[in-house]
Amino acid sequence: MSRTYTDMKMALGQVGYVADDSLAMALHLALALGRPLLLEGPAGVGKTEVAKAMAAHLQTRLIRLQCYEGLDASHAIYEWNYQRQLLAIRSEGTGEEALFSDKYLLKRPLLEAISQDTPPVLLIDEIDRADEEFEAYLLEILSDFQITIPEIGTITAHSRPVVILTANGTRDLSDALRRRCLYSYVDYPDRDTELAILRARGPQIEPRLARQIIGTVQALRREELEKKPGIAEMLDWAAALAGLGINDLTEDRVALQATLVCLLKTAADRDAAPPEVLDRIIGKVA
Amino acid sequence: MAVTRFPARAEGIADRITGFMAHLRMNGLKLGPAETSDAMAVLGAVDATDTGQARLALKALIAPDADGWRKFDELFDAYWFNAGKTRTGAASAHVRVQSARPTLWQSHLDQDGGGADADGQTTPGDGQGEAEGIDGRLIATRTDNLRKRDLRELLDEDTLRAAERAAQQLARAIRDRRSRRRIQARRGAMLDLRRTLRASLPRGGEPLDLFRRTRPERPMRIVALCDVSGSMQHYARVFLAFVKGLIDADTTADAYLFHTRLMRVTAAMRDHDTLRAAGRLSLMAEGFGGGTDIGASLTAFAETYAAKALSGRTIVIILSDGYCTGAPAELAAALGRMRRKSGRIVWLNPLKGWRDYAPVSASITAALPYLDAHLPANTIEALAALEPEFARL
Repeated sequence: MSRTYTDMKMALGQVGYVADDSLAMALHLALALGRPLLLEGPAGVGKTEVAKAMAAHLQTRLIRLQCYEGLDASHAIYEWNYQRQLLAIRSEGTGEEALFSDKYLLKRPLLEAISQDTPPVLLIDEIDRADEEFEAYLLEILSDFQITIPEIGTITAHSRPVVILTANGTRDLSDALRRRCLYSYVDYPDRDTELAILRARGPQIEPRLARQIIGTVQALRREELEKKPGIAEMLDWAAALAGLGINDLTEDRVALQATLVCLLKTAADRDAAPPEVLDRIIGKVA
Repeated sequence: MAVTRFPARAEGIADRITGFMAHLRMNGLKLGPAETSDAMAVLGAVDATDTGQARLALKALIAPDADGWRKFDELFDAYWFNAGKTRTGAASAHVRVQSARPTLWQSHLDQDGGGADADGQTTPGDGQGEAEGIDGRLIATRTDNLRKRDLRELLDEDTLRAAERAAQQLARAIRDRRSRRRIQARRGAMLDLRRTLRASLPRGGEPLDLFRRTRPERPMRIVALCDVSGSMQHYARVFLAFVKGLIDADTTADAYLFHTRLMRVTAAMRDHDTLRAAGRLSLMAEGFGGGTDIGASLTAFAETYAAKALSGRTIVIILSDGYCTGAPAELAAALGRMRRKSGRIVWLNPLKGWRDYAPVSASITAALPYLDAHLPANTIEALAALEPEFARL
């Protein structure tokens, strides 16, 4: 267990995640106080990755709940296995008591998370995609860590999971949910942080090329693009360049243009960053 | 940075944290007593004497959203390191109080007397008789006779709020389009009996999976085009409030301003930070020449935005007096193109409410055949009274 946020930062560094101070502090507090942590920020800055890194650091399970529109209790919390129940009634004439037991209970991520013996990391991904009703339901679970199943009773957490929620700003989250969570805004990293990330994830890339890659990506983010390249895109691009054996961005323009599919994901963005713009950017960083 | 000197009676960390919370509350953050005790707990979990750590820890606890996240450092400095910064805190408190009200255009329009139109040709201030160009003079002399009933008298906040309310009612009247049909839905009031029974067959006739049906929503989309040229100067303020109301009431609504050129202002209007919204609008409006060219503006709209913005379920609202320096034929052509793509076109004309008004100006005459309605809108009451008219469209 980390004692200060710098310990947390180092521990995450060991599992290959470069966190900035505020994020490390938020994670440290989330552990210390047992509060859920809400992460917001643009797509592709490593919000989901935080949860994976935390699970690796704490050496525990990662339970993930991907939210989507129309997500309901039976997909998020629990569901009775109706087919098995019916079969049991027809073939064995099982009584009511036995029908509503653990045997016929399908645990979904939330119930799964609170019935673990060692505290897992629970990742509730893109909570803003779920409906407001679900968000309200989540409040009970996040504050008391208990789930009520009418047929069985209330199940209380054996151990408090580390809860990380992520949001992209599809819709505004309710104040009630925000109040229960610690908050951290994850933005695109600055040059040095991103270099450190690239060094951690792609150690085979030469320092000079790494600097060029980061410079280009950072400059591209300042352009007017529909989808700005995130860290994941940057890593993909670095891997593509390394795979093609490109050691200098100024070297092979044709291959470079071809690899841009890793960074620019819409037709409009391809048009917004024509070869001339790219040449200018690369000329600057090289 | 100089550390704030607290009064001698403020003792201990709890007292100061309470003060800090009060300071944040004054600056518009919603914090209860629970947050205060949480703040103490948070400081217990870090090295509270280290400023950097305390700052990061409190930030993680207190910032409610991205906006609060960006503002927090300033608020923190203002309280703990006064160094002349306490005043910033107080000033921003004042701003917050203002911006909580829907008086979006107040500061903006006060600054430059007509702001969003930023029309180089009209004189700032009253514009009486001095305004050059046909548009400006016409409005000035007529308004003189009719000022009692006109919008230019109604510049106080209450009226602006009323304009927004009227807009919201209109938006609601337009949007609520119910259908008599039923469609499949995940959640709905009625059971879909046919599908439920069909799905029960593989379960041996037990209707386990329940399917539902609901009335489909058939929302109408609003696209507002607001004239902010010199002749509309006196109405611009209330009309902007009206457009802002439309945008706020309906997340899919779209807004454009024009005089000689057209610009899309939906994003700027939707900005929660009212000061910033006003700033963005005035930036956009800057550098516009005088006069009105409705035809060219609408042509620009029909050629660019219309492809995305218009559909059979769109109501186009044009707010303009119809005085135009461009060719009427161009206006007619543009309206014709929009007409084909949109559901309804409504022209709200501030001049139409006048007693002796007749739509004789070349542009209006050219436009009339393409309009579903040409309605008066020179007072708030007139705007509010449009609700039944819109409901019928």
